[in-house]
Amino acid sequence: MAAVEMEQPEEALDAKITGRGVNVFYGPKQAIFDVDIDIKEHQVTAFIGPSGCGKSTFLRCLNRMNDTIDICRVEGDIRIEGHDIYGKSVDVVQLRTRVGMVFQKPNPFPKSIYENVAYGPRIHGMVQNKAALDEVVEKSLIRAGLFDEIKDRLDQPGTGISGGQQQRLCIARAIAINPEVILMDEPCSALDPIATAKIEELIDDLRAQYTIVIVTHNMQQAARVSQKTAFFHLGELVEFDDTEQIFTNPSEERTQDYITGRFG
Amino acid sequence: MADIARDMDISSPGRSESYELRLKRRNATERRFRMYGVIAITLAISALAVLLITIVSKGSSAFTQAHILAEVFFDPAEIDPDGTGDMKVIAKGNYALLAKRSLYDLFPEVEGRRDKRALTRIMSSGTDLQLRDMVLDDPSLIGTTQPVWLLASDDVDMLWKGHISRDVPESDRPISDQQVAWLDQLAEQGQVDRFFSTRFFSSGDSREPELAGIWGAVVGSFWTMMVCLLLTVPVGVMSAIYLEEFAPKNRWTDLVEVNINNLAAVPSIVFGLLGLAVFLNFFGFPRSAPLVGGMVLALMTLPTIIIAGRAAIKAVPPSIREAALGVGASKMQVVLHHVLPLAMPGMMTGTIIGMAQALGETAPLLMIGMVAFIVDIPGGPLDAATALPVQIYIWADSPERAFVEKTSAAIMILLGFLITMNAVAVFLRKRFERRW
Repeated sequence: MAAVEMEQPEEALDAKITGRGVNVFYGPKQAIFDVDIDIKEHQVTAFIGPSGCGKSTFLRCLNRMNDTIDICRVEGDIRIEGHDIYGKSVDVVQLRTRVGMVFQKPNPFPKSIYENVAYGPRIHGMVQNKAALDEVVEKSLIRAGLFDEIKDRLDQPGTGISGGQQQRLCIARAIAINPEVILMDEPCSALDPIATAKIEELIDDLRAQYTIVIVTHNMQQAARVSQKTAFFHLGELVEFDDTEQIFTNPSEERTQDYITGRFG
Repeated sequence: MADIARDMDISSPGRSESYELRLKRRNATERRFRMYGVIAITLAISALAVLLITIVSKGSSAFTQAHILAEVFFDPAEIDPDGTGDMKVIAKGNYALLAKRSLYDLFPEVEGRRDKRALTRIMSSGTDLQLRDMVLDDPSLIGTTQPVWLLASDDVDMLWKGHISRDVPESDRPISDQQVAWLDQLAEQGQVDRFFSTRFFSSGDSREPELAGIWGAVVGSFWTMMVCLLLTVPVGVMSAIYLEEFAPKNRWTDLVEVNINNLAAVPSIVFGLLGLAVFLNFFGFPRSAPLVGGMVLALMTLPTIIIAGRAAIKAVPPSIREAALGVGASKMQVVLHHVLPLAMPGMMTGTIIGMAQALGETAPLLMIGMVAFIVDIPGGPLDAATALPVQIYIWADSPERAFVEKTSAAIMILLGFLITMNAVAVFLRKRFERRW
């Protein structure tokens, strides 16, 4: 183990997350091939690519969500601030409090709006009393831009609000435990354009405080919200560069083909 | 595009004759299919109605019992000759004689041993206990003469309810013409009547139908169900959770799953034989005890509960688990805080239905001796007892005419319990089911 720690690959100094030689297998089938990536702090990094290209799989490696799938196996080295997240001493639960996640379909707990946000802080013992918890809930909802809309209905079920509100509730739930990184797996794919615009605005606001990685099908969305874009194809990271660069002057032909709509 | 639209126009609805024909045929098929469903439901409901009507019409008369009014002299010479006032002495008094004397007083003209014995046969052999209980309740009755509704014998009861016909020849019925005449004489004076039979709900089994009650079986069933519930719920719920949430999916767990499904299909009598061999013969647990009955029924019910529990857990959407994992909940927290509350209604429904199945189960209990004739009300899971379905089996097997209505009445009570349990299951499902 020590040897591995020593030969840390050359990396950008301000990289929050670094992946080196990441391979992911579902049983005998390989889904991710040898991905190297550096994700910077306080930036939005978008993963784009056609369906089944492995972008979600790679995203889920970053908070070890793939652990829940029995047949999934991850090889290689993924570090957050230099710490190997697949190391033996790493507690997955601890990791997931640092790396929050928002899912494709809004998935609030079938509990009250308040309970949805309060759940994380409560199970991690982050607050001492009810007043502090109230504050955390309120702050998170404000930050997610949801508080004004639902402040009178905090005790109503989280499943009873609109889809866009539900997704912002899920974002509030994720930021309530004060993570460093927020992973978003196609957060707008189930939402209408207005709700999508709200979420995109929110993502831009959150960038100041968190490192955000977003998987999206929607290339305009990637262009709008992200600073860096990674293009995945057939499990390979084809190109990873500044968003502007990718969309205006990609260096790979496959990227060019994809963003101009020739496949995908 | 325009071409396609034009092509479609040719066969568009309402235009062509073949289309009309096809539509008609399709609608007719649909109607016929719906009709099959209605017929099936009608058949099922009428079968159920016939069953219920038969049982109720046969059994409802069991809830009342014929009684004979007589003046009973509580003779101190027979109850407490020395005037001690000691309850133990009083309890040993010759109450049977008092009851007989009260009947002889009603028919002073009856002479001779045979006739007198025939006369006493119209009342139950349990009247002595009836009188004794009265005196034990209120010792001041001693020395007084009281009008008492004496319990009639089962044959009188049957005659009174019309289950024994007066038209059949005397030799073919258990009650003689003389006895019928006595009864008619009493009835004229309003001294025969039917009362609601609390005894049926409060006493245990008896050889005499008029004395037999359901309470012993109800209590036996209660203890059996308690043991069964206490064993199956923790084991069943934990197995379901482990298999569904924690166990790795491999050949070993596949084998476990297949075997659980197989166990659910094993005939219940096999579990009874297993209980006999293992619990009684190997471990030496008491025979006829609700403890063993509950254990055997637990074996039988476990697969049902595990399968229902797993289905309930499986029905919880994976997105809820992901959401909880995403905010850093541990596997156990995910299960306890999110999966179990959502799966609980389904699990409870499965448990109640499993229990209802166990409550109605007879065969395994026969194997472990719960079919014995037990008069006492069991005081706990270790006392010898019988259970409701076994009581029905025992009564159905008894030759006395009066047990026929008792059997139906016991079935009504068992059905009552089953319907209640299923209603509770439906209520729980409706009340606690959460949508997402």
